[in-house]
Amino acid sequence: MLTIVFFAQTREIINQGSLSLEFTPAFKDLETLRQHLASKGDKWDLALQKDKLLVAVNQQMSDWNTEVKDGDEVAFFPPVTGG
Amino acid sequence: MIKVQTDDFDIATLYQQLTNNELNPHGYGAIVTFVGKVRDFNQQQQVAAMALEHYPGMTEKSLEEIIVQAKARWPIGEPIIIHRVGELLPGDQIVYIGVASAHRKAAFEACEFLIDYLKIKAPFWKKEQTDSGYQWVDARETDQSAANKWAKQ
Repeated sequence: MLTIVFFAQTREIINQGSLSLEFTPAFKDLETLRQHLASKGDKWDLALQKDKLLVAVNQQMSDWNTEVKDGDEVAFFPPVTGG
Repeated sequence: MIKVQTDDFDIATLYQQLTNNELNPHGYGAIVTFVGKVRDFNQQQQVAAMALEHYPGMTEKSLEEIIVQAKARWPIGEPIIIHRVGELLPGDQIVYIGVASAHRKAAFEACEFLIDYLKIKAPFWKKEQTDSGYQWVDARETDQSAANKWAKQ
């Protein structure tokens, strides 16, 4: 099982903070997972456009070609604006 | 010391903690602190209020990581980073960074490094209430270039 979490605009556009997803080997990397989620509908496609999107795996900032493993917590969010 | 909190913070109390000889022994003779506050305007718009969201868990880990990097790079003691989340108003304090070192150069540089890296690495997001409603704050290119200057030569 994968835990997927969303923050800020990304969360607001899809109106959902988190979801659980059955892991399959088809999710070979974060880009594959992003494409799978983006195909859920227009809002998901909009929220998960790659140009203004960051991704973290198990709370570590990651690259799109990072491998996805069963049990991972994957987070999608816009560039950060703290401080 | 790292804290993510909704409550305001008192810089006099934090100064005492930063310099109390347990966190940073008295050999650390230079103290540099930074406080960030909510502005009442941003990108030509009046800001009436702000909401700050974060990613609990990852926020603390990312702040710990940038402290480890700062300590590896400069001879500093144990820094203090406080970041507020939740609803804030113009003039409210958002972030505190305090650094102690034996001499001023390392303390100034490490403090600037910590805020520059916090701004591009720590998962916080600001949303401003303006005349045209709530708007998420866009990440600034200038914050990225400020952090880039710390890349090792």
